Amino acid sequence: MQAYGALVYSAFGSVNGFAETMVKACPLLLAGLGVTVAFRARFWNIGAEGQIYAGGIMAAVVGIYITGLPAVVHLPLTVLAGAVGGALWGLVPGYLKARLKVNEVITTLMLNYVIILLAGYLIHGPMRDRASGITISPQLLQTAWLPTVIPRTRFHAGILLALALAVVVYWLLERTVLGFQIRTVGENERAARVAGVRVGRTIILTMIVSGALAGLAGAAEVAGLQHRLVDEFSPGYGFLAVAVALLGNLHPIGVVFASVLFAALLNGADAMQRAASVPVPVIFVIEGLVIVLVSARFFRQRSG
Amino acid sequence: MQRDAVVVSMEGITKSFGGTTANDDISFCLEAGEIHGLLGENGAGKTTLMNILYGLHRPDSGCILVNQVERNITSPHEAIALGIGMVHQHFMQVPTLTVLDNVILGLRNAREPLLDREGARQRLGELSATYQLDVDPEAYIWQLSVGDRQRVEILKALYRDVSILILDEPTSVLTPQEAEELFAMIRVCVNRGMSVIFITHKLEEAMSITDRVTVLRDGRVVATRVTSETTKAELARLMVGREVLFRLSNDAARSPAGPVALEVERLRAISDRGVLAVRDVSFQVHGGEIVGIAGVDGNGQTELVQALTGLRPVESGRVVVDGVDLTNAAPQRILRQGVGHIPEDFDDALVGAFTLVENLALDLHYTPPFSRWGVLNREVMRQSAQQVIARYDVRTPHERVKARTLSGGNKQKVVIARETSRAIKLLIAAHPTRGLDIGAEEYIRGLLLELRNAGIAILLVSTKLDEILSLCDRILVIEKGRLMGEMARSEADIEKIGLLMAGTGA
Repeated sequence: MQAYGALVYSAFGSVNGFAETMVKACPLLLAGLGVTVAFRARFWNIGAEGQIYAGGIMAAVVGIYITGLPAVVHLPLTVLAGAVGGALWGLVPGYLKARLKVNEVITTLMLNYVIILLAGYLIHGPMRDRASGITISPQLLQTAWLPTVIPRTRFHAGILLALALAVVVYWLLERTVLGFQIRTVGENERAARVAGVRVGRTIILTMIVSGALAGLAGAAEVAGLQHRLVDEFSPGYGFLAVAVALLGNLHPIGVVFASVLFAALLNGADAMQRAASVPVPVIFVIEGLVIVLVSARFFRQRSG
Repeated sequence: MQRDAVVVSMEGITKSFGGTTANDDISFCLEAGEIHGLLGENGAGKTTLMNILYGLHRPDSGCILVNQVERNITSPHEAIALGIGMVHQHFMQVPTLTVLDNVILGLRNAREPLLDREGARQRLGELSATYQLDVDPEAYIWQLSVGDRQRVEILKALYRDVSILILDEPTSVLTPQEAEELFAMIRVCVNRGMSVIFITHKLEEAMSITDRVTVLRDGRVVATRVTSETTKAELARLMVGREVLFRLSNDAARSPAGPVALEVERLRAISDRGVLAVRDVSFQVHGGEIVGIAGVDGNGQTELVQALTGLRPVESGRVVVDGVDLTNAAPQRILRQGVGHIPEDFDDALVGAFTLVENLALDLHYTPPFSRWGVLNREVMRQSAQQVIARYDVRTPHERVKARTLSGGNKQKVVIARETSRAIKLLIAAHPTRGLDIGAEEYIRGLLLELRNAGIAILLVSTKLDEILSLCDRILVIEKGRLMGEMARSEADIEKIGLLMAGTGA
């Protein structure tokens, strides 16, 4: 009990604790929404990690190298670049699946490694900050930084953007033609074809949206937190996002809660160890259990 | 019939799945050394009966005697131990293993825990020689042709020392030459004392290979005949010739046939297995007439309908709807040209997890008034659904229930409602009453006549001859992807159609 108390307190008990939880929840939520959109079309996108990197790289490029713009132009452009990067990285497996029937699990997974290594190359090579002793890129111009919302914390505007997008994604899925088609293709592809839904086109659009959301997660990390492109700036948020999406039952609002829960677990681990000397790996075990149980339930439901 | 010659006797077997009775009080016996045909249309219950004998299903009631001893067969393992082997239509093989490994898969041997490949290879060689089943034991399954894969399946059974072999539609995947080789092999088996049950819906095969035939229809045994004492015509009548229950046609209400709504010219399409399934089919359907395509299932009807509706590529030929060439057009374009499509399985037209509102808007949701600027108008969708549900008499508490909770008849009504409530000139209906109860069947048939009287052209694909005879103005018979004949309803009778369906000209 003491351990869980410490976990909850550290995650939500102070302004800073809450801010730190939300800082972690932000990429999980955005990538989780991306995974949600793809999974609703039954497109098993496990490439959110790669799409985060693609978004982060694009945002960094725009944030570092485009100069002389006022913040009102530069910042939206940077964030948008992140979305475009993720969308392009999502478009590739979407196109391959829609037109050539290539299995998306393989392509999305493999493309992760391509882009993560590409990011590494950029940081060690062309984008390296020569003034710095370590391998990181130069800082983004201040005009491209996501503003801090709560003073003296790292709570940045990307978090508000993520929460707003959860509502937008809900609206997209439930109230728009594209969302209707995404759900139709996911639930019964044959019926979609019979009813004249263009399935290939829907899959491609799905992956553009899905990738863009994950790409925004990358942009938010770069423009809101690191302010540079650094090696492994996403410690696997894209993979955890799959669990977040499933735990949220592929419902955008559910995903909000799931992302905050996982973020609290990530941040609370240290507090638990300090307060009750529970080793950090126990948290990872809990996370793992949640993932296994949730996916077991999800896939049993779907196949049964 | 000598009692001691009976090797399998199934008595009073009844089996139902959900609401449908697949086997209804079936009694069947197999004599030693005979080839016994099980003849019937798809869905007549042949495979279910044999799956029961092979231990894949448990009967609800009835008993099975193998060699005069009552047996409770609960798994294929037990069936094999009793000497019963079965070759399914879908082969149970591991494609990435060799023939030899597939044959010995799951068997125990003397050298355990090691595999005894040498001994197995020898035994397999002997079996291949005896039964003229020539397959390379080292070949991988994925390298083999369908005919070879079937031989492997038979070898698997023989390797397990079965004395009773069940073959489920074995020729459906074979070329004529391969089928001949299979027949030769079956005769060798019988000469060596085995008994064979041969499931088929092809009259010709039943006549040429079997000693006796049991005809099933709608889950019941219609008759058992000694093959040499019966004729193809009699079997055709037994198999499809249920009494024509009602003739709905009210010719008085008929509008005279209108302009050509559908013109098909020398159409060719290829099945999923890569075989030419629709061969140079040409016909026309006029407004205000119902043209029926009769035929035993699996003779290219599915591929024909898919090619007409844009769900399957057209290899050659033309499809013209209302003067517009729609050959290889996308389904959406065909739909918007005024074509309604009732697919052969209503689950291919409905999204079970969606509400009736969503299902009824599935075809036109991207057009006004259902949506504007890419945003759905839920209220319009709901009102439209309410109207349609009332008009088509869909039995449901309200329009927000999920489609999967409806009965088959109501699901089909929803499909038909959606496909006919927009402005259509042509309706393509594939087996619209399959699996429905009498009430729903009658309602849907009445609806088709109403649509015809309103001037809509209807292409009706059905395996039910009574349906074809009571609804259609003209009848086409399809066999092996070819149209075998065309007749007006006044010239048609069950016998004549049955013979054409069996592939022998009348």
